Amino acid sequence: MKTLSADVLVIGGGPAGLSAALAAKQKGAKRVAILERNEELGGILQQCIHHGFGIHRFREELTGPEYAQRFIDELASSGIDVYLETMVLELTDKRVVYAINKDHGMLCFEAGAVVLAMGCRERTRGALRIPGHRPAGVMTAGAAQRFVNIEGYVPGQRVVILGSGDIGLIMARRFTLEGAAVEAVVEVLPYAAGLTRNVVQCLHDFDIPLHLSATVVEIHGRDRVEAVTIADVDAAWKPVPRTERTIPCDTLLLSVGLIPENELSVQAGIELDPITNGPLIDHTLMTSLPGVFACGNVLHVHDLVDFVSEEAETAGTNAAAWTDAQATQSRRIITVKAGESVRYVLPQYVSPEKTAKLYMRVTQPETNVTINIGGLFSLKQKSVRPSEMIQVKLTPKVLSRLDSDSLTVAVEREVENVG
Amino acid sequence: MVKQIQTDVVIIGGGVIGTLAARELSRYKLDVWLVEKDAEVGWGATKANSGIVHAGFHDKPGSEKAKYCVEGNALYPELCDELDVSFEQNGILMVARSPEEIPVLEQYRAQGQKNGVPGLRIVYQDELRELEPNLSASTTAALLAPTGGTVAPFELAAAAMENAVDNGVQLLAESPVEAIQREDDGFIVMTPNGNLKTRFIVNAAGLHSDTIARLFNDTSFTITPRKGEEYLFDKSIRVVNHTIFPVPNAVSKGILVIPTSEGNVMIGPTGDNVDARDDMTTTQDGFKRIFDSVHELVPSLSPSGIITQFAGVRAASDRGDFVIDYSPVSKQIVHLAGIESPGLTAAPAIALQCAALLKEAGLDLVPDPTFCGRRRPVVRFHRLPRTEQAALIEHNPSFGKIVCRCETVTEAEIVDAIQRGARTIDGVKFRVRAGAGRCQGGFCQPLVMQILSRELGIPLTAVTKRGGGSEQVLYQAKELVGRQTRENIIS
Repeated sequence: MKTLSADVLVIGGGPAGLSAALAAKQKGAKRVAILERNEELGGILQQCIHHGFGIHRFREELTGPEYAQRFIDELASSGIDVYLETMVLELTDKRVVYAINKDHGMLCFEAGAVVLAMGCRERTRGALRIPGHRPAGVMTAGAAQRFVNIEGYVPGQRVVILGSGDIGLIMARRFTLEGAAVEAVVEVLPYAAGLTRNVVQCLHDFDIPLHLSATVVEIHGRDRVEAVTIADVDAAWKPVPRTERTIPCDTLLLSVGLIPENELSVQAGIELDPITNGPLIDHTLMTSLPGVFACGNVLHVHDLVDFVSEEAETAGTNAAAWTDAQATQSRRIITVKAGESVRYVLPQYVSPEKTAKLYMRVTQPETNVTINIGGLFSLKQKSVRPSEMIQVKLTPKVLSRLDSDSLTVAVEREVENVG
Repeated sequence: MVKQIQTDVVIIGGGVIGTLAARELSRYKLDVWLVEKDAEVGWGATKANSGIVHAGFHDKPGSEKAKYCVEGNALYPELCDELDVSFEQNGILMVARSPEEIPVLEQYRAQGQKNGVPGLRIVYQDELRELEPNLSASTTAALLAPTGGTVAPFELAAAAMENAVDNGVQLLAESPVEAIQREDDGFIVMTPNGNLKTRFIVNAAGLHSDTIARLFNDTSFTITPRKGEEYLFDKSIRVVNHTIFPVPNAVSKGILVIPTSEGNVMIGPTGDNVDARDDMTTTQDGFKRIFDSVHELVPSLSPSGIITQFAGVRAASDRGDFVIDYSPVSKQIVHLAGIESPGLTAAPAIALQCAALLKEAGLDLVPDPTFCGRRRPVVRFHRLPRTEQAALIEHNPSFGKIVCRCETVTEAEIVDAIQRGARTIDGVKFRVRAGAGRCQGGFCQPLVMQILSRELGIPLTAVTKRGGGSEQVLYQAKELVGRQTRENIIS
């Protein structure tokens, strides 16, 4: 077994890992290494061949691989060690990482700081418990995206998509462009779950029907999907009897949510937030395990990669600056809580002396609301949607007005001024 | 394609019964063929089985079920050691949900003792809490059967087949039996892939064993399909140590909480008579019944931990017991039929009885000195210590490539599974668990398909989930472009 050391060890070479590693290196960390399980860097961006990435960061529309390549190019001359096709088997609470690959065999890294950037996985049919047969042709939208864009195969020619998450919407357009017929996109919520621009560009522009407040209640076909039955749902998402209709198809794609992949984190004893399924973090993006930071979709699921890169730079910067001495420092901590109509707020802990950025999502789409940040200030919003992350900066100056150890973020409705 | 083969025994059906019978007969100097309708063995009732190795207290003394269950249970530890199959003798607890059910536990203890089940005893309050801290507070006593266990049923069938093949048995897969012709000294078993001329037939066709019997005008039993749904939890959820049974009702052993031999928790099964023998659907209603029942036993189990569900169909006979006997039509035909619960447990003992019946009917059982009952050991990378993992990669670098991240399955293990007989995505999954974890193949399925395509020399579009008709990707990129629009597909 080969033992190596790194000042900052980044687990995952997707957009989060790339930015974290680059930032750590720029901030002076000497030995920075990325462990990536795939054959190339870039993570899931490599299969996202559609455009729309980088509008915020680069002020231009790039494809996923183009966006990733900007960071990969920067990495080439950075002196960062990259281990490809390398799978991390274990992260210990002493920041020792065991990983394997074909060339080096078993590697043992002793890390100064660790950045978790493992990304997320897709929720599956099993987790939804969709009744019926279990034929071939049922797959997650991301798996289908890999088949079409990387492997060069189209799973089927008549497609129903359950869930209107962004990957599902993108794949509705992708299948259509491949000559397949997308019969329906079915969404359990009364509104589309993905970004508005994707609803317009991927469904409306191609006349693909979107069934809201509906779900798949049965899968037909013993060997290969032959049809699905969909039904309307009530407010509690229960199927409404006698609203069932059957749509013939050979493929069912699932775009029903993403789950941060925190198996390594849990193994290391890192505490998770039950809502985000990501680690609990402070304003430096450090988890409950000192010296271990988290960013990107392993922390919380993002809608735009631009913000992943930004968040990861914060994690990488702080990882580079972190020393063991900090672990024992005691300081005042403010707990950040999600209040009325707020699904979650990150970080869960901030320091009154430091600037922090809050990331939050609302529970439902609304218009003309005010987001109250712990009574310190309010943010007027014309429209808020769960799919669109809201970011707010908190400065020590503002935080100094807080006379409590907790801060609650809540959505407040404006009273409509009729007439 | 087999034209016409002369053979001693044809076993019809490659479930756990047929494969273990084949492996038993491979001890002798015989020509044995096993014909299976599916692409791989173990895909009928075997696959969607609860995987319980029963202790033997459930069945009425004197029944075939009781006899073979207790005998089979005793054979399991050595069998699973020889075949290198996951088996845990974790014990069974039949739990009283109220004080009124305690006398029932005593009845089952007495019945079990009559059946010859070793070590049965009733545990109360404190000991029960210590054994199973997560059981509902309303449970006050349980019958403990230490010989109960769990096994991976598909793995057992695949391992038995592999070992049988290594010892000379021939497997004819994707070959449903279409007709059986009487000959002077035997039969001709006809399949789409060729005909087998044989002296003896073993009918281990599971759900279809009565259909097979009808092919030689034997109407001595009928199979009623009875479906069972099962729900599987993420490995991070470990709520019980023993297999937890409720006190049974009149028709079934009830709904169980099972710590599987592979480290998951599984709940189920239902027991519903169904019309179609291929009705392997899961249902909303089935889930509700299972969960309501399980909730009484282990209140902390939450549906959010479920990663997948499936259903299987039991081959219950109209006799209410196993049919392990000669056909009334001919002593050259042995039925191993109506094998419902505790059939998996009974299977090793049924295999011995199968050999004994054939011998009595005139088949010479001459031991084959080259027989080796020990299967080549399987590497389970994720279970090994780091140093052994490191040594494996050094020896074979493809152990350094993790294909299935959820279950930590390496490329070397998948290639090995294919070399041992896996032909499909499910075949790989059931042998080495690639795709059996929390992401259910979301990440690894394309990789597993590539490996299958490469190792079997077939295009990706010919890689199936479970045999012909279950191809997972149907077209090459651009193949559909311009070929059709939604309008002309629909019209």
